[in-house]
Amino acid sequence: MNIPKDLLYTKDHEWVRIEGDLAVVGITDFAQGELGDIVFVQLPEKGSRIAQGQSLGSIEAVKAVADVYSPLSGEVAEVNAALNDKPELMNQEPYGGGWVVKIRTANLAAEKAALLNAAAYADLTTA
Amino acid sequence: MATKRSVRALQSETPLIFELSRPGRTGCEIPAHSSLAKPVSLPDGLARRQAPRLPEVAENQVMRHYTNLSVRNHHIDRDFYPLGSCTMKYNPRVNEDMAALPGFSALHPLQPAITCQGALQVEHELSKALAEITGLEAVTLQPAAGAQGELTALLMFRAYHIKHGGRPRRRVIIPDSAHGTNPASIVIAGYEVLELASGADGLMDVSALKNALNEDVAALMITNPNTVGLFESRISEITRMVHDVGGLVYMDGANLNALLGIARPGDMGFDACHINLHKTFSTPHGGGGPGSGPVAVTKALAPFLPSPVIHEAGGAYSWDWDRPDSIGHVHAFFGNFGVHVRALTYILSMGADGLRAMSEAAIINANYLRVKLGKAYEVAYDAPCMHEVVLSGDRQKAKGARTADIAKRLLDYGFHPPTVYFPLIVHEALMIEPTESEPKETLDEFIETLLEIDREAAANPKLLQDAPHTTPVRRLDEAAAARALNIRYFKDR
Repeated sequence: MNIPKDLLYTKDHEWVRIEGDLAVVGITDFAQGELGDIVFVQLPEKGSRIAQGQSLGSIEAVKAVADVYSPLSGEVAEVNAALNDKPELMNQEPYGGGWVVKIRTANLAAEKAALLNAAAYADLTTA
Repeated sequence: MATKRSVRALQSETPLIFELSRPGRTGCEIPAHSSLAKPVSLPDGLARRQAPRLPEVAENQVMRHYTNLSVRNHHIDRDFYPLGSCTMKYNPRVNEDMAALPGFSALHPLQPAITCQGALQVEHELSKALAEITGLEAVTLQPAAGAQGELTALLMFRAYHIKHGGRPRRRVIIPDSAHGTNPASIVIAGYEVLELASGADGLMDVSALKNALNEDVAALMITNPNTVGLFESRISEITRMVHDVGGLVYMDGANLNALLGIARPGDMGFDACHINLHKTFSTPHGGGGPGSGPVAVTKALAPFLPSPVIHEAGGAYSWDWDRPDSIGHVHAFFGNFGVHVRALTYILSMGADGLRAMSEAAIINANYLRVKLGKAYEVAYDAPCMHEVVLSGDRQKAKGARTADIAKRLLDYGFHPPTVYFPLIVHEALMIEPTESEPKETLDEFIETLLEIDREAAANPKLLQDAPHTTPVRRLDEAAAARALNIRYFKDR
């Protein structure tokens, strides 16, 4: 299982890369593997405000539909429009071209504590 | 030549009906009539300027085309169809005989009620029967499917809270084993979804529910028996807890097939439930239909039912449109009437004792499969189940064949696969609902086949990964079909 050491994770299988006050968000390799072939992604509007744990959008795979939950509060600074035409990027490059949104964080220092490091996330997926 | 033709019938390249089309060929001739020559007064931009591009074929071509397709399809008249949560029971032909009676089939929905009292009596008798079966007070027959029934009930809950509490409340609770239609209906009805994790026993976690309940909660939606095939044994306590905060409780009636004549949603404290006539009451289902999802409610909710409702006085039937608190119409006219005729036929031909025996047989069949298949497959919740059993394909996955591969391999043996990958809380789920329709011999063949497939998974997982091998088309690329959906045919492209 690919769980990069430099990322933070949620128990709902999202990953976060902190870049200053921006947080890049995607779903983990484990999540894409469990979902199977992703065929459609519903992305949030750029500029919309979201709270930690709130749904950012949804992912439709051949066998199920799942929500993507926001790991942090803030404003949607950028969405990965490439997923509209190529949702399979989430399967192929979950930590690269398959990223979902960038969030301009509002309360990073306080909320970061709720996220998991790679080791804790690895425990979760093997439990 | 004969050989060539019969081989062709089983190959994948069956021509589309559009490819059979030849300009000017028709199946019937409509006589000229003066009224057809007049221009129709439609607003600009709405009137069609060209004839639709329909296939031009003769009647026998149409008949052969669809008959051949039906042979290549899997359906309940061909073989066993244990699709979990879908109740693919046999559709008795007497239902069709009744629905075809000209007094029913040749009705016009706008004809005066006085000229079709028999049809209205069907609506009345069916409503009464469904109220008695569910232990609830009043019924609408309008919704065309279970999901529409859910939405109808949630809109009634909303209207109820506005009328009695001045505000609609915010949130509807569901367990994480809920059918996907539940959260969709909640959002469309304007509520927030709160999903609660099920307990380790597969049942609703009552303490988690207790913590989630407050005066923002409009309702709890729950399926009983639930989607892992278990009866929610604390259901009376659950409905009481929701009522204590002023909330309402909805039963998703998808699994009602386990309960007829044994237990009633109304007695469990439910305020509303839908009834899938196309599941429990043997009307056509799956590529056929149309569906029908009547909703039964308590007396307190009856004023909010969609209008019109059927009214009976001294043996005379009429439609009652004068319902100021009604949420309005949810279906054109009175719902899918032909389906109502079939469902009432089923209820009357079974009788009360027959319906109870039906549910008992459905439960016994599912438990027979649970015990026999439990030798090779992991049973998700190893306790006596109701009308369906959920297995996990985890052991077979470890051998190299996933649940999807098992499902495809079943096609080679002539069985429709069970529901797979649902409920989401069970890994590699196989959800099997045999229904009461099947004799023991069919169940035994199905069991032996799944045990054989388990042996194949150990000996040669590739055989499963490449399945199906004997169907008209092999494994389809479902992801490509969903990503690049193309359902239009144009000859000139």
